[in-house]
Amino acid sequence: MSHTFLEQLWIARYVITYGIGVTVSISLLAIFAGSVLGVFVGLALVYGGVVLRLVVRAYTDIIRGTPVLVLVLASYYVSAAVGLDLGPFSAGVLALAIFCSSHVGEIVRGALQAIPKGQTEAAKAIGLTFTQTFTSVLWPQAMRQCLPAWVNTAAEMVKASTLLSVIGVAELLLRTQEIISRNFMSLQFYFLAGGLYFIVNYGIEHFGKYVERKTALPS
Amino acid sequence: MAKTILDIKGLRKTYGIHEVLKGVDCAVREGEVISIIGSSGSGKTTLLRCVNMLEEFQGGTISLDGEEIGYRVDGATRRRKSEKEIARQRALTGMAFQQFNLFPHMSAAENVMLGLVKVKKMTKPEARAIAEKWLDRVGLAARTKHYPGQLSGGQQQRVAIARAIAMSPRLMLFDEVTSALDPELVGEVLQVIKGLAADGMTMLLVTHEMRFAYEVSSRVIFMNQGVICEEGDPKEMFVRPKTERLAEFLKTSSFN
Repeated sequence: MSHTFLEQLWIARYVITYGIGVTVSISLLAIFAGSVLGVFVGLALVYGGVVLRLVVRAYTDIIRGTPVLVLVLASYYVSAAVGLDLGPFSAGVLALAIFCSSHVGEIVRGALQAIPKGQTEAAKAIGLTFTQTFTSVLWPQAMRQCLPAWVNTAAEMVKASTLLSVIGVAELLLRTQEIISRNFMSLQFYFLAGGLYFIVNYGIEHFGKYVERKTALPS
Repeated sequence: MAKTILDIKGLRKTYGIHEVLKGVDCAVREGEVISIIGSSGSGKTTLLRCVNMLEEFQGGTISLDGEEIGYRVDGATRRRKSEKEIARQRALTGMAFQQFNLFPHMSAAENVMLGLVKVKKMTKPEARAIAEKWLDRVGLAARTKHYPGQLSGGQQQRVAIARAIAMSPRLMLFDEVTSALDPELVGEVLQVIKGLAADGMTMLLVTHEMRFAYEVSSRVIFMNQGVICEEGDPKEMFVRPKTERLAEFLKTSSFN
């Protein structure tokens, strides 16, 4: 058995790559689904009727007040108990997407409510309908406002994806643990995993900054 | 006598138990420039905002070119018209606001084009041509690609006026359009409004610029506590106010 870190790394190269692939897939799926759902949550919070608003408000408060790990376990075991055979991957992604949606919902609500009332009035005054006002005037402004907080949430989702190791999803952390159980190089491989998570999130952050720059309004 | 464009009858507006407009009657004829003056809280801005349904009103009628604005009154029943119908009616009037309310994510030209494209269903080149014509008219031909954040307050307000006027409204509403401007920028905006008045645009202005009201208005309406207290020719009214209220108001205002 070879004992240098590089040799062990070479042996584990496919396992690690696969782990990163799963981590990135989980994160992308959860961020995408969570953001789409989150936009509707935000819309309901701002424009919904009293009943809808109360229901969605309860949804976001409950989800945001629950630890992500509990959501992950609940999604996996509850779905199995009610006969929905989701499997660990889908159940995990579902839990993260729900978690993401409650945060994105709050971000979207805040962004929409931060737009001065005069914007809606000016749009109305030239004869725009509500849908036109929303798509041409409010949403483009809200998106710019959302971006920094949304990037934060996306990075949180990557970190939260590690929790799926608990229900047996072979993402980067679980793969790393498997590797360490074979070669006992815990320090080296945990550092490696940490470094890889950092690179993914650093990439997300920089992509966010790039989009922010691209969409910034000249002043 | 010119045809009546706007006819307001018995307009009442309440916020809860507080009555802001207590039965306002007012008719505006084509080409008239009417200034609405009065102290804050007199209901002048609310009156203006009822005309394009930015405020709901609880009693009376407003008709524009014979068309009832906002509500369908049928005997004793009074129903709000559909959102789509109200949106169409709002496009019949143009409005400029105290805070300009330009869309910050659009260039000056795009601000003007939005209504033309979305409401008037023009193609982009058609809309752009009209936008450029009106921006040129308000003296901003060189600023069409600038964003609101790159323009001074006076320039922003002129874009906002171009945005409203480009829709060829039957009636223009100006809501204290110079109140948020630095004193040295007021002149350029008033100049634009004077030009529109000279063109024969029918206008209703809420203003604190007494000198301006005196110079451009064909008629002045003085509001006090939700009713029209006095109205008439500014040359007459400002010099010889009939009511004690107006005399007092003119004394404390910047006129003279």
